[in-house]
Amino acid sequence: MGSLMNRVYLDFNATTPVEPQVLDAMLPYFSAEFANAASIHTPGQRARAAVETAREQVAALIGARPQEIVFTSGGTESDNHAIFGVVGQAFLPVSSSRDANSPHLVTTAIEHEAVLNACQALEKQGARVTYLPTNREGLIDLQDLRRAIRAETVLITIMHANNEIGAVQPLEEIGRVAKEADVYFHTDAVQSAGKIPIDVNKLQVDLLSISGHKLYAPKGIGALYVRGGTRLRQLLYGGHHQRGFRPGTENVAGIVGLGKAAEIAHKSLAEEARRISALRDKLQHGLLQRVPHSRLNAGAAPRTPNTTNLVFPGVEGEALLIALDLKGLACSTGAACSSGAVEPSHVLTAIGLPPEEARASLRFSLGRHTTSADIDFALNVVPAAVAQLRELSPTYGKMAEAR
Amino acid sequence: MTTGTQFDTLPERAETQRGLVAVAMSGGVDSSAVAALLQQQGRAVVGLTMQLWNQRRLPELQGDGPAQHRCCSLDDVYDAKAVAQHLNFPHYVVNFEEQFEERVVRPFVDQYLSGRTPIACTNCNTDVKFEPLLRMARQIGAERLATGHYARIRRNDATGRWELLRARDESKDQSYFLWGLSQEQLSRSDFPLGELTKEEVRALARRANLPVAEKPESMELCFVPTGNYVQFIQAYSLERGISLHHSEGEIVNENGDIIGRHDGVHNFTIGQRKGLGFAAGKPLYVLSIDPEKNRVVVGEDDVLRKAVCEVEGVNWISRDQPSDTIRAFAKIRHKHEPAPAIIEPLEAGIARVTFDAPQRAITPGQAAVFHDGEVVLGGGWIR
Repeated sequence: MGSLMNRVYLDFNATTPVEPQVLDAMLPYFSAEFANAASIHTPGQRARAAVETAREQVAALIGARPQEIVFTSGGTESDNHAIFGVVGQAFLPVSSSRDANSPHLVTTAIEHEAVLNACQALEKQGARVTYLPTNREGLIDLQDLRRAIRAETVLITIMHANNEIGAVQPLEEIGRVAKEADVYFHTDAVQSAGKIPIDVNKLQVDLLSISGHKLYAPKGIGALYVRGGTRLRQLLYGGHHQRGFRPGTENVAGIVGLGKAAEIAHKSLAEEARRISALRDKLQHGLLQRVPHSRLNAGAAPRTPNTTNLVFPGVEGEALLIALDLKGLACSTGAACSSGAVEPSHVLTAIGLPPEEARASLRFSLGRHTTSADIDFALNVVPAAVAQLRELSPTYGKMAEAR
Repeated sequence: MTTGTQFDTLPERAETQRGLVAVAMSGGVDSSAVAALLQQQGRAVVGLTMQLWNQRRLPELQGDGPAQHRCCSLDDVYDAKAVAQHLNFPHYVVNFEEQFEERVVRPFVDQYLSGRTPIACTNCNTDVKFEPLLRMARQIGAERLATGHYARIRRNDATGRWELLRARDESKDQSYFLWGLSQEQLSRSDFPLGELTKEEVRALARRANLPVAEKPESMELCFVPTGNYVQFIQAYSLERGISLHHSEGEIVNENGDIIGRHDGVHNFTIGQRKGLGFAAGKPLYVLSIDPEKNRVVVGEDDVLRKAVCEVEGVNWISRDQPSDTIRAFAKIRHKHEPAPAIIEPLEAGIARVTFDAPQRAITPGQAAVFHDGEVVLGGGWIR
């Protein structure tokens, strides 16, 4: 039973551990190479060189030019910078009363809060926002997108891969629509970067957000791809760092870490995707077989290779999550609010799950360190935990009879 | 079983949860002391803090006092987490907002609007803490749920029943709020503070170096931290699309003579003297509230005293429902000294309580709880 003492982590969409090689690359930049990358002296120039190398590494991961990469504090800042930057540049200032000329944005109902809440803040300032619905698989309809675009549309912001269900939107087609309509196109690629290939030119995106800690770099570092020529109002005001796009002394160690992590991800992407998707498929197949009445959420969509989201009717996902954690398995349900309590997932309700099924859903997200033994462990503990919960469920008995 | 070196530093969990007990943690000193006490007794503890009311809701009602006086404040959650971290046991915040609103807040408001004076804490205990929370505790592998209530539970081997007893510390006794618990609920619950005084609990918290050892007690209803029920009821009703701004009515005496006007029955509770809005020769008190006619009936103190009331939703704890009348002591509000009475079971769930001497302000919506010495026999809602 000693093996149970260990902890299995299947929540890599929440965050990833810093890769040892990444940490090694970063360490010199805390003390030995501590200089400010904006300084003119030799130590400063060495820090600058490290930052520029990292810029190249990040650019290579997404097929961009290095000068199109802006380092930020993470995915949330990147999303905010893209959204407020485009709208602020197009309409300065945004008029406080909504009228026919108010700037218009198109997004989806399943975006991350960093995008949704930025859009809602703009709505309060007078902008108009269309939240595109998705089908049961979490995918938008391109016809809906075309219909949503109007003369005042300044930005389309649609995520690449969804954090909860892994569904990958047809960015290439969306990019084509945006191009035809001559509207800026931003994508939150926080969950796709490093997991599936990204080529900003093929996808025709103008802006793309990346978060370091989702790809084995540390928390607190991210990047925003800004296609050359994109008119973007800056979000922060300060010195002239990063061409004035993003002032603030560069987080050299974090930037070096993100660069190294991007390099590793770029190299191992195809092989890792194959390995992880095989494990993911083993997990979801096993759970569907062993847990009666379980179903996949968005299982027919193209998905990131590491993510699976299942509904276990008759259980409270919150209780299941805690039961599994106490048994040593870390996974996720819905979104946590500031107190840490689980709130019903806006993503699962948006793809059409009734609230009770949204609450009965669990996300497993695998990563570079997931082993076959981890999956075996999950396949042992999850069905047992679900059975235990259902035994005490006030609704499951009735539900099972009705089937 | 797993993976690379980076996870080796994560806390390890017991391989089996045998004997695991869940502690309902509010972030206050009492429930924190429960966790410390159980741990000292060698029990494996998991802390659960209920998220009951979203503080983003009706923010104007949360007051501008210190954060610990705000409902379900993040500070309380952090306090509970800090205690769990200090004592090194797992802790989770669990979301019961929906159940709390449905089973506690809405009935509380509805009762006030129908002229009654409800006890939200009893509903919370019966329908939230010892129902979905206890179920969740069991679902996550805990055999029992412990809370910081000042009351005692005892198994009577002769009758085979679980009995509810008043707390050893009479001044802290909370059994008045627990009369609705079923045998099943009592059999799975622990009230470790029932034998202790508040001072002993504080001392225990200090000895365990709990970060909340000196935290002041919260006296108000958790979702109305300002203590202003009227304001809460108005704002909550408005959120549901009901304006109480035009709910004025008549204040009448026992003969039905109109002697004043009021601005909504929810502003009144039986026995209330102040706020009647007019001067009178003798002090007047609210005798009854008639929501149908939107009237408040007032009279003098001696009329306020009554010897008989009926209770509904009766729950018998320490004994089966009696087939005939019994003598017991009945307590009609939290701070009421139990008074001798005859309890007469009527049809199912209903009983008549006849006090030996008239009692002041028997209030619909409050509970009558029956005692035999320290044992809580049962109780019911005054109707």
